[in-house]
Amino acid sequence: MDEAAGAVLDVRDLACLRGDRAVFTGLSFSLPEGSALLLTGANGAGKSTLLRILAGLLRPAEGGVFWRGEDTAAEPAAHAARLRYLSHQDALKPSLTVAENLEFFARLWGGAVAPALAALALAPLADLPARVLSSGQKRRLALARLALAPAPLWLLDEPTTGLDAASVERLGPLLAAHRAGGGIVVAATHIPLPLAAPLELRL
Amino acid sequence: MRAFAALLGREIRLALRHPADTLAAVLFFVLVSALFPFGVGPAPETLARLAPGALFAAALLAALLPLDRLFGADAEDGTLDQLLLSGLPRGAIAAAKALGHWITTGLPLLAATPVAAALLNLPVAAWGAALAALALATALLSLLGTLGAALTLGARRGSVLLPLLVLPLAIPAVIFGAAAIEAAGAGLSPAPFLMLLGAGVSLALPLAPLAAGAALSAE
Repeated sequence: MDEAAGAVLDVRDLACLRGDRAVFTGLSFSLPEGSALLLTGANGAGKSTLLRILAGLLRPAEGGVFWRGEDTAAEPAAHAARLRYLSHQDALKPSLTVAENLEFFARLWGGAVAPALAALALAPLADLPARVLSSGQKRRLALARLALAPAPLWLLDEPTTGLDAASVERLGPLLAAHRAGGGIVVAATHIPLPLAAPLELRL
Repeated sequence: MRAFAALLGREIRLALRHPADTLAAVLFFVLVSALFPFGVGPAPETLARLAPGALFAAALLAALLPLDRLFGADAEDGTLDQLLLSGLPRGAIAAAKALGHWITTGLPLLAATPVAAALLNLPVAAWGAALAALALATALLSLLGTLGAALTLGARRGSVLLPLLVLPLAIPAVIFGAAAIEAAGAGLSPAPFLMLLGAGVSLALPLAPLAAGAALSAE
């Protein structure tokens, strides 16, 4: 295995089938600390599927995902603990308030709710039930989970869906701080993200 | 343990925000119990004879009502993915769900049991045994129901499949539970039957959440 020096996340010969049809095959890439990878491609190209595989929620048909040389499938709990996965869905409970929604994840991962809310300008909405939020505000609340506690791998599926320009900008410092701390970002997206020097993978 | 408590706390908080779900189960229980006197006539002996079985059938059916949303709601809004990545073992996720279901459905049903028992003309001497037997039987149903909910998650017509899967497994609970109440009504000790129910619960306690966890992984 010709491991690139400093590669942390290493994807080797990944293949994914949907029914009989191959979504992608022979997919390999390595990401060093502090890197960002944008996944682009048409609808149905397998961007979300790849993110789910990277998160360990789906098993690939072939190949594997390695973290510092170790197969992540061998230690799913350790892998889960090092990643944050933001899917299409915001994973919010409409009857809980904005702060309560975030509090649940703070109890899982540690971290403080108030600064995370402030990072996405949600502090004034803290006591509102999540059901009254607009879809952009819900997305921001889902993104606020990223600001709770550090984790070295962020997997973001269309993180900017429904966000206004100001909120997309607000994502910039969050992503930059994560990468400055050695964190890796893998994001599926159709629009440019406020990321410096991202790598791109077209599926 | 902290994650388990967080999940359980959230289940209870959500149930408190949506009291209609719990209330629906309790009212269903009481109404079904109220239907029996209309069907079989108000003769006290006939009713008292039927009461243990009717009480059990009504309680177990009522406890089934909220089960099809047990994992379904979380699967739809993306929470389930986050739970699977929370670091909690999958069996522990299922165990927290089962305990949450028992607290938010089983306990309210127990609170309504005296009302249902009175409607069914159950002898007061048997109320204690009825409460103990129902406490164990609803716990067993919460465990088996969690397994059923995990297995039918994502299945078409899962809400129909779920009772078909779970109710046959609950037959022993009905047999021993009703027998415990009958024994207490006849002045005998209900202890042997309660112990058999307890054995069922202690068997299901490790097995059902583990199996439910495995079913969640296969999703």
